[in-house]
Amino acid sequence: MTETLLSLSDISKQFDDKTVLDELSLTIDDGEFITLLGPSGCGKTTLLRMMAGFELPDQGTVTLSGVDITQTPPENRPLNTVFQNYALFPHMSVFDNVAYGLKMEKRPKAEIQERVEEALAMVQLEDFAKRKPHQLSGGQQQRVAIARAVVKRPKMLLLDEPLSALDYKLRRTMQVELKRLQRELGITFVFVTHDQEEALSMSDRIVVLKDGRIQQLGTPREVYERPANVFTARFVGQTNFFPGRVTKIEGERISVDVFGLNRDLSKPSFRVAMNQSLHVLLRPEDIRVLAPNDTEGVAGKIVERNYKGSTLDSVIELEDGSHVMASEFFDEDDPAFDYSIGERVRVSWVDGWEWLLAEEGDEPLTDEEELAADDAEH
Amino acid sequence: MMLSIKQQPFRAAVLVLVWGWLLFLVLAPNMLVVGASVMTRDPSTFIALPLNLDAYRQLFNPLYLEVFLHSLYMAAITTLVCLLIGYPFAWALSRVDKRQQMLLIFLLIVPFWTNSLVRTYALKLILATNGLLNSALISLGVLDEPAQLLYTEGAVIVGLVYLLLPFMILPLYSVFEDLRDDVLLASHDLGAGRFATFKNVIVPLTLPGVLAGVMLVLLPAMGLFFVPDILGGSRNLLVGNVIKNQFLDARNWPFGAAASIVLTLTMALLMFAHRLSKRRLGEEGA
Amino acid sequence: MRWLSRSYLALVYLLLYVPIVVLIVFSFNDSRTGYNWGGFSLRWYESLFNNHAMVQAMWNSLWLALTAATVSTCIGALTALALHRYRFRGKKVLNGMLFVVMMSPEIVLAISLLGLFLLLGLKLGYVSLLLAHVTFCLPFVVITVMARLSGFDERLPEAARDLGASDFTMTRTVLIPVIMPALMAGWLLGFTLSMDDVVVSTFVSGPSYEILPLRIYSMVRVGLKPEVNALGTLLLVFSLVMLMLSQWILSRSKQ
Repeated sequence: MTETLLSLSDISKQFDDKTVLDELSLTIDDGEFITLLGPSGCGKTTLLRMMAGFELPDQGTVTLSGVDITQTPPENRPLNTVFQNYALFPHMSVFDNVAYGLKMEKRPKAEIQERVEEALAMVQLEDFAKRKPHQLSGGQQQRVAIARAVVKRPKMLLLDEPLSALDYKLRRTMQVELKRLQRELGITFVFVTHDQEEALSMSDRIVVLKDGRIQQLGTPREVYERPANVFTARFVGQTNFFPGRVTKIEGERISVDVFGLNRDLSKPSFRVAMNQSLHVLLRPEDIRVLAPNDTEGVAGKIVERNYKGSTLDSVIELEDGSHVMASEFFDEDDPAFDYSIGERVRVSWVDGWEWLLAEEGDEPLTDEEELAADDAEH
Repeated sequence: MMLSIKQQPFRAAVLVLVWGWLLFLVLAPNMLVVGASVMTRDPSTFIALPLNLDAYRQLFNPLYLEVFLHSLYMAAITTLVCLLIGYPFAWALSRVDKRQQMLLIFLLIVPFWTNSLVRTYALKLILATNGLLNSALISLGVLDEPAQLLYTEGAVIVGLVYLLLPFMILPLYSVFEDLRDDVLLASHDLGAGRFATFKNVIVPLTLPGVLAGVMLVLLPAMGLFFVPDILGGSRNLLVGNVIKNQFLDARNWPFGAAASIVLTLTMALLMFAHRLSKRRLGEEGA
Repeated sequence: MRWLSRSYLALVYLLLYVPIVVLIVFSFNDSRTGYNWGGFSLRWYESLFNNHAMVQAMWNSLWLALTAATVSTCIGALTALALHRYRFRGKKVLNGMLFVVMMSPEIVLAISLLGLFLLLGLKLGYVSLLLAHVTFCLPFVVITVMARLSGFDERLPEAARDLGASDFTMTRTVLIPVIMPALMAGWLLGFTLSMDDVVVSTFVSGPSYEILPLRIYSMVRVGLKPEVNALGTLLLVFSLVMLMLSQWILSRSKQ
């Protein structure tokens, strides 16, 4: 049903001996909203710039609708980019900015006039045509940048962290607007972000990148609920990693020992052996906090409590010293709901809500270590 | 980056042009000066072999040493006066509100864009024996008869200060502009009085500006030979006058070259100090 | 305190401007001695324009400043672009050399160039003056353009190419318009520096090409020449116009 629009095969790129993209292959379907998600330095922006033509791969090919465009300069590619800080031409009016690409195509004046007006109407900026970029707000500049890119009716729109300069509220509005635009225009959007929430809410498919390699490619739901590896699980959303050990394998079921509890789980897609260690992953919202006299679960005590409006987030310290994050929906009718710091509780989850991952050679970084690594990068 | 790949020929052309210009018109001539300074004076070809350090030895000839020290003294006084006038001036300027500041800075650089010979000449009109200042002082009853103002050491210093003051003020102004009020408030908040704040916060933070200003004033103050020519008479010479005389009149190139190398070394020393002070503040040295 | 600092500012400005005002007033003074007011007159302006050699020197200076500013703006702009856009070996050295040229005493540059020209057997005149003036104007143009480029969004050229502009078209429609104010400001600065230069010109000019600053120099070295007042006033007005033009260009581009 869907047709491949752009495909990258075996792309490698190095900057000063640092490998940015490592034999990466990816196909993008016509009409989809695909997001490149990853921490800074993962290669997502380089990948996007390669699609646009600002970077050449050291190795590999880029084809668009079956045509090899690996060496085609950016001005000859039927793709357009929305830049991170918009890159509006400061010396031109909004109208001239949007008209720029059409002028390069040497379109007749009347057509330019009409198409620019149409594009500005689409982003609700008809009345701002004569303004200069510096007379606009951040959100308006963002709209001009989008209008300027889509007015050429590109086959594909490349968006390089386009919302990162906006404040939270405006970002939400623009997310909705971008989705609307994509539906109306029916063009493929390739969206780069490091914001997993943004990626989850907007995309048809998400490409999770790290160190120039694809970690996972899937729908937002797949990426969130069934992360392919430890990195993805850590990067997308918050996750509790419980240490598990396989105690029994029986057909499609296995038993896993977690904190001394023996849980009967369905067999994961990877191979398991007896006594193998594995990660049992649970999202904070899957965790149940129970009363201390409950028979189920593991004992611990509340060490942190954060009221988040719709949810109540807590951190529970288990007896072995490990911490568990739990996020519960607020229920005013439940009197037992409100625990205080230091209170003893038990922690459990509903069978089947967990996700199993094999242990990897390089164990996941804790949040602090990740932050430190991030700092070192900048 | 792709753009640079496509533009290799253009890039090469630009680099060759710039490097060529600088090597040919800056590096080569300076090497020539260094070379000339260790050669022997020759009346017809200006310089000749053998190599020797006579020119440098001549710098220590009491006659010239005196001229040099006098020039250095005048340059130092000029710099000091510029600093004393310029430091509070730059501070006051940076505290004026923005709109007026634009105009005041404009007024400060107008003289910079005006012919310096003409401005030096204008001072002569004021300082001459029967000039405006003397007339004014006599009519006010301060003096009975005209004082000798022109052709004195003081006149040269006044001339240099007048020409060079903006060069002291502008770098100072820029450091005072960067000096944020909250830093001063923090200092007061932590118990420092006016003087302690000045000594411990303001001075260290404005030091790069001071050194930049000193560099921009001290060096020209040794080289602007036309100022003593117009205002100073034959006794108040600058290093610049010596160099000029050696090259254009006395035809002693090795000596002139040696003198100019001394000037260059002074510059290098000042630039080094400036870099050091900037690095201390964690800024990238220029 | 505020009152004190205001009066201090006013006092320094007064001292800076008194000589200039005196010069302007005296340029209209009929008296020959130059110290006493002898009534309003334009005679010095008249005698200035009747002085053929003076008018010739004026034209020479204008032509020299015009060409030196233009050449240094072209080379300086290219240098700034190269420093800004390209990575190359010895970039720091190049930067350093420009800085040294800017900071070094003019007289050092002057004698080194004199040595070079004599060594090459170049006849001192227009060409030697032009080479020297371009050399000392160059760093000023480079920093003016560099300052503009440092605030320049790297993505702008890419955006232009993304929208279908070739490299040449991009340079014409985006790069040059954006740095234009800096180019003009740099040109004006170069022009003024060239018109004003005494030190370097004293060394590298020859009798075949007399320029204004040197002519003034020979006039003011001894005694007082009322024509200089008139000439100075004209130069002052001229510089003021140039400076206002440059400020206007820069401030307009900042909006």
